[in-house]
Amino acid sequence: MSQTHTYTSSPAAMKLTLGPVLFKWEPETFRDFYFRMADESPVETVVLGETICTKREAFVEPFYPEIIDRLTRAKKEIVFSTLAQVTTPKNRAHVEKACARENFPIEANDPAALWHLDGRAHRLGPFMNVYNEGALDFLHAKGATHLCLNPELPKTAARVLAARAKELGMGTDILGFGRFSLSLSARCYHARAVDRQRDACRFACDADPDGMPLTSLDGETFLTVNGVQVLSHSYLCLLQEIKELQDMGLGAIRLSPHSIDMCAVSQIFRDVIDGKVSPDEGEARLNAMPLKGPLSNGFYHKKPGCQKCAA
Amino acid sequence: MPETPDQNANDNAALTKPELVCPAGTPAMLRTAVDAGADAIYCGYRNATNARNFPGLNFSPKELGQSIAYAHDKGAQVLVAVNSFPPAGEMDLWKEGVDTAAELGADALIVADYGVAAYAAQTHPGLRLHLSVQGGASSPNAIKYFCREFGIRRVVLPRILTVEEIRGIHKQIPCEIEAFIFGNIGAMAEGRCSLSNYLTGVSSNMDGACSPASHVRYEEDPRGDLHIRLGGREIDRFTPGQTPGYPTICKGRYTTPCRDEPYYAFEEPVSLNLSRLLPDMMRAGVTALKIEGRQRSRAYVRDVVGAFRRAVDDIMAGRDPHLADLVALTEGGKETQGPFATKAWR
Repeated sequence: MSQTHTYTSSPAAMKLTLGPVLFKWEPETFRDFYFRMADESPVETVVLGETICTKREAFVEPFYPEIIDRLTRAKKEIVFSTLAQVTTPKNRAHVEKACARENFPIEANDPAALWHLDGRAHRLGPFMNVYNEGALDFLHAKGATHLCLNPELPKTAARVLAARAKELGMGTDILGFGRFSLSLSARCYHARAVDRQRDACRFACDADPDGMPLTSLDGETFLTVNGVQVLSHSYLCLLQEIKELQDMGLGAIRLSPHSIDMCAVSQIFRDVIDGKVSPDEGEARLNAMPLKGPLSNGFYHKKPGCQKCAA
Repeated sequence: MPETPDQNANDNAALTKPELVCPAGTPAMLRTAVDAGADAIYCGYRNATNARNFPGLNFSPKELGQSIAYAHDKGAQVLVAVNSFPPAGEMDLWKEGVDTAAELGADALIVADYGVAAYAAQTHPGLRLHLSVQGGASSPNAIKYFCREFGIRRVVLPRILTVEEIRGIHKQIPCEIEAFIFGNIGAMAEGRCSLSNYLTGVSSNMDGACSPASHVRYEEDPRGDLHIRLGGREIDRFTPGQTPGYPTICKGRYTTPCRDEPYYAFEEPVSLNLSRLLPDMMRAGVTALKIEGRQRSRAYVRDVVGAFRRAVDDIMAGRDPHLADLVALTEGGKETQGPFATKAWR
């Protein structure tokens, strides 16, 4: 009887994806951020493209060629995102233009983008309501090749979706770091805070590279305003869950850009994925950075999203 | 079908009588709404499959069957909302809801999720599908997408569009439009909001409940001020004599560094009342006028449905509608035309 060998195929090492910059940054800061991420960060994929407010993109768009060039030379995969909330004619035109972009995969974040992407391979962004395998099957049949999980999903659902995506041959990633989206609107809450309207906002969001804090009447800061978007005040952190996510077969962890040293953040995630650093140590290193809010992971554990649960 | 293409050409265009679509949280409320003149009633099952999954509300399959019989007997339709988002691995409950609605002869199913819509379209090709406001289709192309893929016959528009924009959308889409005219108005895009889940652990999208009562606390301090908490956070405060509306994060008051005083960062605690815009809405190509409030009382539904029934009939007959009483029924007695009248809301 021949000897039986048991091979435990270790899951492929998870990759890192840098999500789009959700905030309005100074154009040069924006450019330099991507240059540095290209040169120094271990992320494999970078998602570009305005996702929140069409009025902001004009400032950074002139830098796209340089940024794309630098990222390409660093062998980063580039993906372009579409707008998350599509209402006005300008929004609609923006989505159409974004979907017409050739040479790069497009990540849809609203059903309007799906209309334009018909018949073309595309990705599904975190703003798409893909909550279940039925939705995933349908959208895959329509050409979706990759899914970024909606950050509201609990791990039970994430596990099912990750498995189904694998069966379908789709790539996956999950937001693992950063403030996460809680709502979208046609109204700009940054403009409202300074008694302006969206059409005459004079970029009230200019001074908030990580968004504008909102504090409850009992003195607890818990929300972040970013134009038409509301985000968590806490920063999602799934460092403790990386092993589990890897076992689920998720392909990548997505890091959402903030005004802290994102190269350092991506290195922390890289080190924890590679087993060079424990999740506890990684979390301690994250907490030592100048974050503007606490870490949380509640949604993943089917608890209030603001909470930090033990893995 | 009010699909006359030249309908939008001028304000003197002939009006098409819209359907009045009214809420029912219980079988008794359904009968009340039918008797008060509703053309159609929308309701859901007593579980997470619909977006008003509150204790004591909604229908068992048996109650739904009886209610459909009652409505049909009186010439009214019943639209069944299976409009939340099943989390992966839990789709069976939603599929069961779809099957039951089809078996019981519901006049339409209101859906939001791609998976639920695909299942309904494949399994029950004869069942009329409406796209829920939770579906988040806020532009003509998004709506066209759902029509093309699932054969959606009517879209419930998000409460973020002006009447002019609704008019524009009507010209571009192949399905009917249903628009909210009265009731609770959220400032956030429906179906894309997890604010409540952030504090409570209950998801509007997956569990069908925003700001569940079990997580709301009212605390009166020695001065008589009422402190309102959701999931432990104080999101508004009222002095004696003020009428608080139902607390949600999107209608809470907060502080921020650029404001001296707490302010309503997203929306005032107001209710939508488009009664004065009714003729404009009807001319904009709206097929169905929707009243929010499955969680409200029978008396509320009777009064609101009755008032809008008379108003629609008055407008159709060329008379001036009387709607002053409706303000008293709005949340906290405060009303708004919200985003519908002008883009300045944004």
